[in-house]
Formats: sequence, C-alpha cells, structure tokens
Amino acid sequence: MKRQRSIISNCIPVFVILGILVIWQMICITGLVPGYMLPSPIEVIQAFIADFPALMRHSRVTLLEAALGLVCGVTLGFLCAALMDSFEPVRKGLYPILVLTQTVPPVAIAPLLILWFSYGIAPKVVLVVLVSFFPIAVGLLEGFQSVDPDMIRLMRSMKANRWQIFWHVKFPNALGEFFSGLKIAVSYSVVGAVIAEWLGGLEGLGVYMTRVKKAYAYDRMFAVIFLVSAISLLLMAIVKVAQYQAMPWTHCQKEI
Amino acid sequence: MILQAEHITKAYGENQVLQNVSVTLQEGELVCLLGVSGVGKTTLFNILSGLTLPDSGKVLLEGNDITGKTGYLSYMQQKDLLLPHKTVLDNVALPLVLNGVRKREARERAAEYFSQFGLAGTEQQYPVQLSGGMRQRAALLRTYMCGDKVALLDEPFSALDTLTRTGMQEWYLKVMEEIKLSTLFITHDIDEAILLSDRIYIMSGNPAGISAELVVEEPKPRSGEFLLSDTFMEYKRRIKRNFTLR
Repeated sequence: MKRQRSIISNCIPVFVILGILVIWQMICITGLVPGYMLPSPIEVIQAFIADFPALMRHSRVTLLEAALGLVCGVTLGFLCAALMDSFEPVRKGLYPILVLTQTVPPVAIAPLLILWFSYGIAPKVVLVVLVSFFPIAVGLLEGFQSVDPDMIRLMRSMKANRWQIFWHVKFPNALGEFFSGLKIAVSYSVVGAVIAEWLGGLEGLGVYMTRVKKAYAYDRMFAVIFLVSAISLLLMAIVKVAQYQAMPWTHCQKEI
Repeated sequence: MILQAEHITKAYGENQVLQNVSVTLQEGELVCLLGVSGVGKTTLFNILSGLTLPDSGKVLLEGNDITGKTGYLSYMQQKDLLLPHKTVLDNVALPLVLNGVRKREARERAAEYFSQFGLAGTEQQYPVQLSGGMRQRAALLRTYMCGDKVALLDEPFSALDTLTRTGMQEWYLKVMEEIKLSTLFITHDIDEAILLSDRIYIMSGNPAGISAELVVEEPKPRSGEFLLSDTFMEYKRRIKRNFTLR
C-alpha cells in the first residue's frame, strides 16, 4: 500500500511534464499559435533526430569547455574557501570581491573575454570558471566554519595539527555543502559555456543556436534548448550519484 | 603522585571562576570532582588539559610542568564528539593516526579492545547507527587509545537515561579494574560519585574552590548492591551535609 503510494507520488512530475507536452501539441495542431512561431513537440523531436550528428559534434565542444571550466572552477573555489577559512584577514578581504564578481552578469563579461582571449575555447572556459567557482567557495567555507568548536578542542587535546584538523574534521564536515554547491556549479557551467558561445565562437551548442535562430528554424532551436537542459540534468544526476557514493554515513541503516 | 594541579585561579573578565583550586591524583586512582552544574568544573578540566591557560597556578604531570600544553592528558568531553563520517573503528583509532601510526596498524591496535569495551561487531558501523550508551563506550575507548597516563572524563554518563547509566557505571567499574587508568572525572550525581570513586573532591562556591575532600574506602570491585547499603547512605549523608552548609 505504502509502496504503491510512493511509486505514484514519484510519477507525478512525469505526468505533469507529459501533460504539458500534450497540451502544447494540441495548441499547435488546432492552430491556436501559428507554426512558424511555436513548433510542436513532435516537430522538435523530428528536428532533433535530423540534426543529431551536428548536435553531438557541437555538444562535444560545449561539454569540453564546461568540464575544463568546472575543474578549474572547483579547484579555485576550494583554494579560496581553504584560504578564507585559515586566515581571518583573507576572508574579510576576499569575500566581498567574490560576491562582487557574481553581481556582474555573464553576458556582460563574455564579449570582453572574447576580446581578450579570441574566439577559441579559452574565453568560454574562463567564463565557466567565473560562474562555477562561487557556489563551491561559498558552500565549502560554510562547511568549514560550521564545525562544532568542541570538536576542534577535542582534536587539539589529541595534539592534532592544523592540517590534521582540516583533513579529519573540516573537509568531511563540508562535503554535504560541497556537493550542494557542485550541483549548482555543473548546471551553471553548461549554461555559462552556451552563453559564451552564443556571444562569439566557431563551434559549440551556443554557436549552433545562433545559426538556427538566424535561419528562423525554431524547431531546431527548441531541439538545442532541450539538449542543453538534458545535459544539465544528466550532470546533476551524476553529482547526486557521486554524493551518494562519497557519503555512505548519510544513508546507512540504523540498528538500534 | 601522577597529576598535580596547584593553586589554579581563573577569571573570565570580571567573573572570577576558579579560586585557588588544588587537586592531586595518584597512579591508578579514580578521583571525582563533584559539584553543581556551572560551578567551573569544566573550566578546570580545560586548564588541566592545556586548552585554556590559568591566570595563576601550575599543572604538573609526574613533576613536569604541563601548564597550557595540550596532548599530555586524554580528555573526554561531555558530548561524545564521534566524527559522523568515520566508522566506529576509525573514530577509535583516530588518536593513533594523529600520532603518526599508519592507518592499518592503528586499526589493528584499536580493534583489539572492541570486545573488552563491549563494542564487538560495531567496527564497520557509523556513529549514527549506535545507541547513546554504545557511542559513549566508543568515546571512552577513543579516550583510552590516546594512551596518556591520565584520563579526564567530563560527565561521561550524564547524557544517558537512568537505566543505561546504571549499566554503564557497573560496566565501567569492571573495565577500570582491568585497565587501571588514572582517572579524574566530573559529575553532578552524588550516587555516581560514591559508586565509582576512590576519592571525591567537592567543588562549590563562587568563585569555586575545593570545599571538601572525601575518601571512599569501600573495596573494589563494587557492585550495584553497594548502592543500597548503609555505608553508602552514610557517605551520601556526609556529602549532602557539605552542600547544605553553603
């Protein structure tokens, strides 16, 4: 009974999405919105299949940019958080600057980056770093600083040095926040790469989007949008699995 | 004399917490600091363990001055403070790992004590999977694994419910017979103090000082029966008199 109910409740989002797609299809069939303004879901799927090789070629470029940027962003975020946690003056000086970098919209920075780093993948990677390091840095810092002070006292009474306190207590304590930040960072990284490509580039899903837009091929445009969403969702799912694997103590069986 | 604290005085700003507190601990002895909550017992332990500096006074371990130096006494705080992300075995082996023992060897050495401490079978579990009593046992074993000559236990059983606590006290007496660890422990429970201790210091006043010292001569091992005997009641009466006199 209970199990059945949980299966049904898990299916709710699927039903909602299917419902929206059906309504969308009906709107297009009945001609409520003209076809050149809004392609029907079936047309989008057809466009996706027809464009599949091109989409895959461009995805590869976008994913490479996102992955490179993400690796650098996570590393940078980690270093920032560790420095800010270790040295109070660094935290006071660096934190406002970090927040400031996030108040500038990526669309405003991207053209500058293209000007400085030309049309290759470099400006895209830099933009991805800029958007992805922040959630990591903030999440980790929060995790480092939320350690029970009594825990630190215990470690000190056992003669642990700073590095040992970091490795045995602070870092594991921040893992939950790290993964929450990483989920945000991966979705930002794909969107960031697409935005940077959109504003100037030779290859990638963002570049492809501008091309199909100029050709008024909105069915293909929608196919790219769905692909970008799907990639983000897939990456977030991977992070979720990684978190599950890395933190076994959060889901172990209680036997009291 | 293994541990000696001489004329410890400590104030936090205007608030004088400890006034001229002196305590001693003989080798193999179980000595208790008894006092109401908030009297400054934990402050004294923080000073003994070196985490806090006293305003004046000295802490001597086997005659050597260890005032303000951490890492010489094993200190178990009120909370069990087990690391949630480490298995029970890794938690217990942590003091050895911090001391530079290789992980595998540390685990092997820690695992030897699991059955003696009633923890057999929990090695690979995480602390959230343990009951309160078991967590406290694990924290005690970790304190013991620190390998120092003196252990400081801050209300080790206060977080447990009454029935579990009685069981833990009897178990603890048995283990102490076997490992003979010189221990100074804090409690605000008079029964617990009489049952476990060789000697009791009564802490009271504001600022706090040692107002009385009492030797419990009942031979060990003591059993639950002792709690119901006339001798026990006599000790209890003597301690209570001390508190009402204030």
